[in-house]
Amino acid sequence: MGTKATIAILSGKGGTGKTLVSVNLAAVAANATYIDCDTEEPNGHIFIKPTIVNEYVVTEPKPVVNQDLCDGCRKCVDNCAFNALAFIGKNLLVFNEICHSCGLCTYICPKGALHEEQRPLGIVKRGRKNGMTFLSGEMKVGESSAVPIIKALMREQQTDLVIIDSPPGSGCLVTETVGNADFCLLVAEPTIFGAHNLAMVHELVTLMGKPSAVLLNKTQEGENPSEIYAKEHGLKIIGSLPYDEHLALLTSDGLLAAEEDKHYHTYFKELLSAVVQEARHASNSDPQR
Amino acid sequence: MHQILILSGKGGTGKTTVASAFIKLSDVKAYADCDVDAPNLHLVMGSYEQEQKKDYMGLPKAVIDPDLCISCNKCYEVCRFDAIKPGNPYQVLPIACEGCGYCIHVCPVGAIHSEEAKVGDLKLLTRKDELFSTATLLMGSGTTGKLVTEVKNQLKEVSKEHEVAILDGSPGIGCPVIASLSGVDLALMVAEPSVSGLSDLKRVLTSAKQLQVPVAVIVNKYDTNERKTAEIEVYCYKEGIPFLGKIPYDKMAATAINTNRTLVEIESLGAEAIKTIYEKTLRLMKERIHT
Amino acid sequence: MIVAIPAEEKSLDSAICVSFGRAPIYCLYDTEKETSTFIDNKAAEASGGAGIQAAQFLVDQKIDSLITFRLGENASRVLSAANISILKALNLSIADNIENLLEGTLTSLNEVHPGFHYGH
Repeated sequence: MGTKATIAILSGKGGTGKTLVSVNLAAVAANATYIDCDTEEPNGHIFIKPTIVNEYVVTEPKPVVNQDLCDGCRKCVDNCAFNALAFIGKNLLVFNEICHSCGLCTYICPKGALHEEQRPLGIVKRGRKNGMTFLSGEMKVGESSAVPIIKALMREQQTDLVIIDSPPGSGCLVTETVGNADFCLLVAEPTIFGAHNLAMVHELVTLMGKPSAVLLNKTQEGENPSEIYAKEHGLKIIGSLPYDEHLALLTSDGLLAAEEDKHYHTYFKELLSAVVQEARHASNSDPQR
Repeated sequence: MHQILILSGKGGTGKTTVASAFIKLSDVKAYADCDVDAPNLHLVMGSYEQEQKKDYMGLPKAVIDPDLCISCNKCYEVCRFDAIKPGNPYQVLPIACEGCGYCIHVCPVGAIHSEEAKVGDLKLLTRKDELFSTATLLMGSGTTGKLVTEVKNQLKEVSKEHEVAILDGSPGIGCPVIASLSGVDLALMVAEPSVSGLSDLKRVLTSAKQLQVPVAVIVNKYDTNERKTAEIEVYCYKEGIPFLGKIPYDKMAATAINTNRTLVEIESLGAEAIKTIYEKTLRLMKERIHT
Repeated sequence: MIVAIPAEEKSLDSAICVSFGRAPIYCLYDTEKETSTFIDNKAAEASGGAGIQAAQFLVDQKIDSLITFRLGENASRVLSAANISILKALNLSIADNIENLLEGTLTSLNEVHPGFHYGH
């Protein structure tokens, strides 16, 4: 293909087939990088089954107290917007999981009793499967924000074609993920729930100025509210993936449909070239590039 | 008031379909949608006579006074969230700002202050004697467990006389889920028969256990993978978790939803299964309360 | 001894609030003077870290003991650093819980749940 393209696969809610589409698109590409940004529930590895070649810990700076210097003025406790500090008896307590690593406490401490040290937040894994590069981020249970993990994933060396499996919803993690994409592929179910969530995520990518198209998933006979939404809002329909028991079974067993079934191999290959073409078209018409 | 929470480890397992069917089947008049990120319950519940709206404020965010800013770049240097946009004057990007206040402290001319920012709406919908508590977040505001707590508190305040309330939970394992789980009498987990469905179920069951919330499990779309369904059943049996039934994949579910109806309002296999599950759930909850 | 109890309302007949950090009110009962006071919990409105802020507030009120249904691990760390004993609440009114405390029938709360981490 030769063109650089970073494609984010998104959906307003979970369970629409975002991961299914992402892993199969990455599987049929020659040398793609698949990035699993669903740090709360990374499931891409179930399908890709990569060999992990490298793993490292993502850290964040957290305040550390020198109790001998602390005189208990409580300036840090009173100014922390996240309530991540407490002063009890003669000791200052720091709550790393509540802390957002903003650095304010170390700055305002009049005694210089606080400094920052790097603490683990999660893991980034790098793997390989045939020609594919696999990247996945996993957040430590109980941590509050995975944004630094996503930033670390995006810093990793990538191939020309990148497929990003985004987190569900339309929150701050999605914004972080979409910021790096040239093109957004929205996956939507044929229900009014699906259409409602499609509208949310479409609004978000439009707000961020990203070109997008929708893939209608699990289509069946009868009305498709997501299709209606797309038509009414000038959102391009790039294809549809009809509901198929066989596909559902392969996927629920953690298998790659594009590898197990010739029909799906062809299907995803065609979808990929359509998506890449859209992405290329979008970046060509963008004067900033 | 006793609360039944419908939950799932991942999205798209049919949580809202089950919750809405339960509401229709029962004489429950108090319910809430705790999925504040992507609320869907209202889409199948029809229209309401009244709507009360309240602003929901998030963490205060920094605001730069353009008349005072001297473009010294100090705020830009200290911000760890890439929330300051240099220029003349400098500006704060509200979506990125986490409200830590570091910039306020370093600004040499006092040009920055913090302002409460509205991040969503808390809503109470009513018709006859029915009460529906829900919320919506503004675009890009992200999940928040506190809003889930407010949705639950709002319902609790107005429904003290009600015996049972049904809550549609939020997906995942993050803080909105913990907030959904907190203080409920029973959490009914809707699982999906797949490799990822089982691992997500295990994670959300761990959260429930830590919060000491009684749980029960059902499988939705069980016939899409009967082997995985059996695996989930065996897992529940081994762990001593009540398994209350399974719902077949039902093409009519989409049809029902798309015509603004709950699954039990049309005749279908799924509806029959949900009816049985609902009765078992009520029985289980009553047993739990009396023991 | 001063004991704190998370309350729903400013009355001894009130139920104990199931949440510790987000309880609207705390009842402070002085066992020697046999007096009770009710104070608003400012931490209830916090976007994040409510448990920590609430625990700090109660430590500053010089309480010796806390009666609660549940407690997050962060609040628990604050309270144990201040050597405050934590007792498991009974599903009764505040007055009845105080009575049980005086009779010595309350047991200590051993389980803490993971924090809620609001604000994201």
